[in-house]
Amino acid sequence: MNAKMNAKWIAPLVLLLAGCAAWQPRGTGDLGLVVERAAGRVMVVETSGHSKLGEVTGLGDLSHASVVYSRDQRYAFVFGRDGGLTKVDLLAQRIDRRIVQAGNSIGGAISEDGRLVAVANYEPGGVKVFDSATLELVADIPSEYAPGRRAKVVGLEDAGGRRFAFSLFEAGEIWLADLGAEASPRLQKFKNIGQEPYDALVTRDGRYYLAGLFGEDGLALLDLWHPERGVRRILPGYGRGQEKLPVYKMPHLEGWAQAGNLAYLPAVGRHEVLVVDTRTWRETGRIPVRGQPVFVMAEPGGRRVWVNFALPDNGAVQVIDTETLQVIQTLHPGRAVLHMEFTPRGEAVWISCRDDNRVAVYDTATLRELARLPAASPSGIFFTARAHGIGF
Amino acid sequence: MILAVPPALGADSSFTPDPTRRQELIRMVRQDCGSCHGLTLKGGLGPALLPDALRDKDRNGLVFSILQGRPGTAMPPWQNFLSRREAEWIVDQLRLGFPDER
Repeated sequence: MNAKMNAKWIAPLVLLLAGCAAWQPRGTGDLGLVVERAAGRVMVVETSGHSKLGEVTGLGDLSHASVVYSRDQRYAFVFGRDGGLTKVDLLAQRIDRRIVQAGNSIGGAISEDGRLVAVANYEPGGVKVFDSATLELVADIPSEYAPGRRAKVVGLEDAGGRRFAFSLFEAGEIWLADLGAEASPRLQKFKNIGQEPYDALVTRDGRYYLAGLFGEDGLALLDLWHPERGVRRILPGYGRGQEKLPVYKMPHLEGWAQAGNLAYLPAVGRHEVLVVDTRTWRETGRIPVRGQPVFVMAEPGGRRVWVNFALPDNGAVQVIDTETLQVIQTLHPGRAVLHMEFTPRGEAVWISCRDDNRVAVYDTATLRELARLPAASPSGIFFTARAHGIGF
Repeated sequence: MILAVPPALGADSSFTPDPTRRQELIRMVRQDCGSCHGLTLKGGLGPALLPDALRDKDRNGLVFSILQGRPGTAMPPWQNFLSRREAEWIVDQLRLGFPDER
């Protein structure tokens, strides 16, 4: 009996000890991923020394990929365009689990308790919800808005509790799904919220879900504390009937820019950032910028707002001072700036420059470049601090 | 009945962009068009641009959509970024199976 036990246990024990000797315990609060979208790969990076720690391959088509984090900040859930949902272990720098759950997807969200990961799908249209530990399917919500017609789902966000909010592009609807009883989610549907919602965000306090509209000027606002009050339209007709410019890249709303009582939003098809008072949801101003904004993101402390642009101005980043509402600096970090991500407290910002195959790191106080990291066609940058932010 | 083919319909198959421009165009289609149509061109917010999806579509119509955009949709006009011959080359390559970036 003893001999048998020994044979069974010694080999794994030796391996375990060997592993421990090589592996230093490490926190994950300063880690993150950079998506190298054409290579189907993510870089594991750390923001204390601005360096790359490793990479993880085999994640499929990562165009428009986005990431949410487990509450322990160890695991990243990477949503690929091809319907792939990959759970990446940042410490081991390997894939923990991976499934292909749809044909065409656009991002996802993680529930407040960290147990549910939801994915927004274009094809077949709908939302699928998975157990974050096992990636087993928990619920399937087809976005059927008319008999036989399923909409592309966009703007999927965590909505407090075990709820997720999302928008239906073709239908012009917002749905709120409550997975309190997992297998049969309770759905609340809001119709006629506006034409072609293209993306959405949740405010930092988790109270408001705001969907941007592509088919008309304006946004749709849902108070998640009071969904019974319905969806209301804000900033209607912000273009004041002017001809919209062609949009070469859809703006993104996830990088919620809120500083004090003001929120900063990209105007669709215009060279403007809209400024909104979040107490009244009325426009209080607009800031002329260099091109069509894609991401409008506030530093964590809210002192400055950083903006990148669609073609042909995608080599520039502008920095807005939130006290004066003026552009204070125009930076040229590299060609085809796709994304920006602040370190947890905002002393630095990482900027992906797709066509220069690098990530540029800027000091947010001096607005000077601190470091460059080579990366193959980098797109999204996602740091683990997102794990503890609502709406990320 | 024999229909006369207007000159514009005849594929100018002799046109090939020079190698540098060719790489730029491939990158543009994969990366910039890809942000709506998918890097693999399987579709996203915009429709798929794979050979099967385009087979039955009119070549001139596709070229026109690229250059002028499609009103009422998210498709913008690309005429400030592309010549007509380049748009035709892109359509022809899409219908054959679009090349990958190097």
